[in-house]
Amino acid sequence: MFAYIVRRLLFAVPILIGVNFITFALFFMVNTPDDMARAQLGAKQTTPEMIQSWKTEYGYDKPLFFNGQASGLDKVQETLFVQESLKLFMFDFGQSDSGRQITADIQERMWPSLAIALPTFIIGLVTNIALALLIVLFRGSVLDTVTMMVAVAIMSVSGLFYIIAGQVLFSKVWHWVPISGYSEGWDGVKFLILPVLIGVFAGIGAGMRWYRSIFLEEMNKDYIRTARAKGLSDIKVLFGHVLHNGMLPILTGVVVVIPTLFMGSLIMESFFGIPGLGSYTIDAINAQDFGIVKAMVFLGSVLYIIGLILTDISYTLFDPRVKLS
Amino acid sequence: MSFVWLWTDIMVWALILVLIGGIRSIRKSEQSRKQWFSILKSPVAMSAAIILSFYLLFALLDSVHLQFSHNETTAENANHAQDNNQGVVSVLDLLLQHLRDQTERTYSAPFATHEYSTSLSYDEAGQVSQIYQPLKFGGQHLDADTTVINDVLVKSVIPFLFSFFVIAVIFNVHLLFGFLKNRDYINYYESQPDPDQQLPWGAAYITLFILIFLFSWFFYLSQFYHVLGTDKVGQDVLFQSVKSIRTGVLIGLLTTLVMLPLALILGISAGYFKGWVDDVIQYLYTTLNSIPGVLLIAAAVLVMQVIISNHSDWFGSTEERADLRLLFLIFILGLTSWTGLCRLLRAETLKISQIEYVTAAKSFGLGPIKIIKNHIMPNLMHLVLIALVLDFSGLVLAEAVLSYVGVGVDPTTASWGNMINQARLEMAREPMVWWSLFSAFAFMFTLVLAANLFSDRVQVVLDPRRSN
Repeated sequence: MFAYIVRRLLFAVPILIGVNFITFALFFMVNTPDDMARAQLGAKQTTPEMIQSWKTEYGYDKPLFFNGQASGLDKVQETLFVQESLKLFMFDFGQSDSGRQITADIQERMWPSLAIALPTFIIGLVTNIALALLIVLFRGSVLDTVTMMVAVAIMSVSGLFYIIAGQVLFSKVWHWVPISGYSEGWDGVKFLILPVLIGVFAGIGAGMRWYRSIFLEEMNKDYIRTARAKGLSDIKVLFGHVLHNGMLPILTGVVVVIPTLFMGSLIMESFFGIPGLGSYTIDAINAQDFGIVKAMVFLGSVLYIIGLILTDISYTLFDPRVKLS
Repeated sequence: MSFVWLWTDIMVWALILVLIGGIRSIRKSEQSRKQWFSILKSPVAMSAAIILSFYLLFALLDSVHLQFSHNETTAENANHAQDNNQGVVSVLDLLLQHLRDQTERTYSAPFATHEYSTSLSYDEAGQVSQIYQPLKFGGQHLDADTTVINDVLVKSVIPFLFSFFVIAVIFNVHLLFGFLKNRDYINYYESQPDPDQQLPWGAAYITLFILIFLFSWFFYLSQFYHVLGTDKVGQDVLFQSVKSIRTGVLIGLLTTLVMLPLALILGISAGYFKGWVDDVIQYLYTTLNSIPGVLLIAAAVLVMQVIISNHSDWFGSTEERADLRLLFLIFILGLTSWTGLCRLLRAETLKISQIEYVTAAKSFGLGPIKIIKNHIMPNLMHLVLIALVLDFSGLVLAEAVLSYVGVGVDPTTASWGNMINQARLEMAREPMVWWSLFSAFAFMFTLVLAANLFSDRVQVVLDPRRSN
C-alpha cells in the first residue's frame, strides 16, 4: 500500500511540472520580469538601469528556459522556469500586488471556503443519492417521468439565477437570513444557510439524474433478479445490493472532488461576500493580479491530483477485485 | 453598402457548411437515417429541435454584417447616424431597427408608459415637481381612455391571425411536398411508406405555431411598447436579449468546432497507436485536466486581455475587437474542453481495435489511415455526437458565469452574461428592476432546456448502453 502511494505521488510530479510549464508560459508572456519591475518600482519614472537592478535583486535576470552561460546541470537549473517552479513546489507563492504574502492569505481564507463547500457537498451528496434511490423505487411510473422532467428543468436554469432569486426571496422579501457576510464560529451559521441551500438545490437536477442512471444500470443486472427471485423486498434490494454495488461508480465521481473543496466556489463566495479562496481568486482576476491567479492554478492542480490518488486508494478499499499494481 | 465578414461570421457559416455536409451524409446512409428518424420520433425531441433551429436562425441572421458607406448613412438614416455611428450592422439589426432607435432616458418597466422613477420637472408656471415622466416611445400612441391591457389584447389579434396564416401556408407547402414525393394522390393517407417513419408532426406544428406567434407578437407590440422594458441607459431589453442569442449559440457551437479535431485526432491516435503516442497524449490531457477549468480559462483570458490592450492598433473598430475577443474566448474554451471527449474516444478506440475486423483489415495490409477512416471512425460517431449535444448547454450556461467572473465576452458584446452582470445590482433597488434579469434568464433557459431535452433523446437513441 505504502509503496503504491509513493509511486502514485511520483507519477504526479511530471504532471505538476507540466502544469507549471503551462502557467509559466501563459503568465510570462504578458507579465514579463520587466513588467513586474515596473509595477513594483512605480510606473512613472523607471530607467532601464533601475529595472535591471530590481531584476538582479529579486533574481529575475535569468533566461527563461535555457541558460547558455552556465555549465553542466546549471544550464537548466539557473533559469527562471526552474526557479519559479521550485518556489511553487515549496508552496512559496510570493507576494501579491498589494504586498501581502499569498501563502498566508491562502491559509487564512481556506477555512471560510471550506465552511460553505463542505456542507454543500455532504448535504448535496446525501440528498441526491436519497432522491435517486426513491425515484428508482418508483421507476417507470408517472412520478419517475415527472421528476426527471423537473430535474432537466432544474439543470437548465443558470446557477446565477438560483443565487439571485434566493437572495431576493429569502433575504430581501422574507428577511429570514442576512443577504451576505461572514463571521467565525457559530454566529456564522446564519450566513451559511442560504449559500449551502442554493448550492444543494442547484446541484439536485444533474446529481439526481446521474445517480439514478447508475442505480438503474445496477438494477438491470442478473444478481438483482436473483435477489428478487429469492423473495427480497424492493427496499432490501435497493439498500442491500443496488446502493452497495453502485458505490464504485459513485466513488469515481465523488472522491476526486473532495480535495478541491478547499478551493471554494467562485460565484457563490463573491455573491455572498464570503472571504474564501473563491472570492480571493475573483478579486485577483478583476485586479489582474497574476501572482494570486498563478498560485491558485497551481494549488487547484495539486488538489485535483491528490483527488485522483485518493480515488484510486478508495477503489482498493471498496472493490476487492481491484489490486494495487 | 457592402458585406463585412467578421471572424466569427466566417466560422459560423463554415460550421453551417459542415452541418449541411453532415445532413447529406446522414441522408445517404440507411442506418443513420433510421437513427435520426427515431430521435425525432419523440415529440419532445422534435419540439426541442424546432426551438433550437429557431435560435440558430436568429444567430445566423445576426451573423451577416453589412457596412453602409458614410454617404448612405447620412442620406438615408441621418437621424440615428449619431447614436449608432458604428457603421457595421447585421441583418438582424436592420430587422429590429425600430428597437434600436427607440431608446428611452432610463429604466422603464415592461409595457410601461411612464418612466420607472420620478424626476424633477418644471411646468409652465415654473413650478418644480417630482413626477413620473412619460416615455418617449413606449405607449405614446394611447388615448386617454384606453388602458394598456385593453390595447395589448386588441393588438394581440393581428399577430395571432398572422401566425395562423403562416402555419397554414407552411402546412400546405408541407402537404404539397408530401404529395409530389409520393405521387399517390388518392391513397395518400393510407399509403404511408413506413409507419415507423411517421414523425410527430402535431407536436412540431404546435411548437412552430407558438414560436411564430411569440415572435410576431413581440415584433408587432414592440412597435408600440417596450415589451420587456428598458435598461439603465434606456435601451430596449427585448433587443438586447435577441442580440444575445448570437453570442450564446456561437459559444455553444463554435467551441465544439475547435475542440472536435483535437479530440478526434489525439483520442484516436492514442487508442490506435498505443505505446509512446498514448503516453504522451495521456500526459497531455491529464495535465490540462488537472488545472481547474475556470481558472485556466480565466488565466488565458487575462493574458488575452493584456495582449489586446497592449496592441490596440491591431483592431480597426470596436466591433472587430469585441469579435476577436469572442473568437479568442471560443478558442480558449475549445482548448480546455477537448480532454473529456478525447479520453472517451481513446478508450473506445482501444476497445474497437481489438475486434476481429480490425485485425482482418490489418492483415489485408490496409494502412492505419484507411483503417481509422473506414473501420474505427464510423463506430465512434455516436460518442462524438453525444458529446457535442451534451456540451452545448453547458457552454451556454458557462458563458454567463464567465461574464460574471469578468473573463467572458467583451463588455460591449450583447450577451446574457453581460445582461445579468449589469442588472444584478439593480435587484437592490426598491422596487426591484427585475425585467433585465428575467429576460436574460428566460431566453437562456429556453435554449438550454431545448438543448438538454434534445441531447437526452440523442443519448437514448445513439448510446448502445442506454437503449436497452
